[in-house]
Amino acid sequence: MRLPRWVRANIQYLLIPFVLGLFLLLWETLIVVNRYPAFILPTPAQVAESFVEYWQNGIIPRHVSITLFEIGLGFSIAFVFASSVGYLLAKSPLLEKIVSPYLIATQAIPIVAIAPLIIIWINTGSAQNALIAALITFFPMLVNTIVGVRGVRDEYRALLRSYAANRWQVFMKLEVPAALPIFLGGVRVGVTLSVIGVIVAELMWADRGLGFLINFAQGHLDTPLLFATVATLSIMAIVLYLTVVLIEKIILRWRRNVQ
Amino acid sequence: MDNHTLIAIESVSKQYGHARDSVLALRDVSLNIRAGEFLSIIGASGCGKSTLLRMIGDLLAPSAGRIVVNGKSPDAARRARECGIVFQAPTLMEWRNIARNVELPLEVVGAPRAERQQRTRDLLDLIRLRDFAARYPGELSAGMQMQVSIARALAYRPTILLMDEPFGALDEITRERLGRELLEIWARTRVTIVFVTHSVPEAVRLSDRVAVMSPRPGRIERVIEIDLPRPRTPATRELPRYWELLREVRAVLGLNEEQNGVR
Repeated sequence: MRLPRWVRANIQYLLIPFVLGLFLLLWETLIVVNRYPAFILPTPAQVAESFVEYWQNGIIPRHVSITLFEIGLGFSIAFVFASSVGYLLAKSPLLEKIVSPYLIATQAIPIVAIAPLIIIWINTGSAQNALIAALITFFPMLVNTIVGVRGVRDEYRALLRSYAANRWQVFMKLEVPAALPIFLGGVRVGVTLSVIGVIVAELMWADRGLGFLINFAQGHLDTPLLFATVATLSIMAIVLYLTVVLIEKIILRWRRNVQ
Repeated sequence: MDNHTLIAIESVSKQYGHARDSVLALRDVSLNIRAGEFLSIIGASGCGKSTLLRMIGDLLAPSAGRIVVNGKSPDAARRARECGIVFQAPTLMEWRNIARNVELPLEVVGAPRAERQQRTRDLLDLIRLRDFAARYPGELSAGMQMQVSIARALAYRPTILLMDEPFGALDEITRERLGRELLEIWARTRVTIVFVTHSVPEAVRLSDRVAVMSPRPGRIERVIEIDLPRPRTPATRELPRYWELLREVRAVLGLNEEQNGVR
């Protein structure tokens, strides 16, 4: 039996709700069969109810805005640091040799081991959470900046040299656009990591934000709220990621037509 | 240096690397290139012909000797934008469309927008690719990309066009067509062309003179005057003189020596 043409053409969009529905059905069945109480595993309906309630009474939105702010701050710090330091390291292999052991060390030490130090040094909630996020976010962006800038072929540099282009022109007309595709790949990874960084930081000590709300729900055995918060977090992460993908598509629109 | 000489190369040597690891790429090369001529430099791979071209364009510095480009040092000539360069790869910016690629050198020079656009249109007409102005390099064939690369090199009206095996990566048919079109462009712009190639027929077909180089360390063996009539047409290849010249260039390259035939 062959599926109608319109089904085959849109199969991916039809499968997404289908798989989601199947998942919810399995979830519900599991509870009905095993008779789990709500604090162990709530039903999808209970989670949905809690989700709607906490969105309407303004509690989730308030924590979302705090978490989003911290993600934005942490990501921005990482972005500025990674692109500027990355460019310098790409241009100076000597500097890279000297500095890279320390940069790699920041990635080898688990974030939970460095975090207490940051709390001692910086004692304002949002800033420390942002900084912890920045610490794990900058690395992939830094590496991709270096790889991107190093990837500019010598003949292109020779070409701009023959035009007697100055440094700024080489930077703007060659290095930035040539490195962008690889750099943006790092941004994709970075934005996901900054979400993780902020949530981990909030889980550990914060008194607000989605990480805190997860802790709070756990402490009160309010499992439906815990699920609702995690769902909110997932949606937020997906929206952020898709935003980056969209920006990437707009910036790299010349790639559309390439054979 | 007589007053026809545009580029004077005087006893130039080029050494790569240091001390014991060094390789002598060019040894004591002297050559005068005349204003407005089409000069080919031919030789086997690794004979230093690209090195010589890059030294004229100030992309490399000679280890010894002197180069004078239109009365200036190569560095001053580069700053005065005397040379346009075409590499073997088209080296187009894939994120810019065709028109913006051709415009790039004029942007660097700081030409006003209206002038840039006018010049770009003229150049795209010259290579007959005006319809492709809004396309991206990835959408064009290799031959078309090379045409764009040539148009771009002409953007700020250089006195000299330096071409480093520009057609080396193209198929024979495209190669011949682009060669004919290059001669047209040359006739119209009166730009002086220094053309590096390893194809004997191509060098003879296109040039006024062919400088034949010997390999490692590179030296100029002989400069052969190509006294074929212009314009060069497919009929040029029927002339006995064409075959004589081919044989002459091949002889200097050492390709005619008596050898056992290949079965």
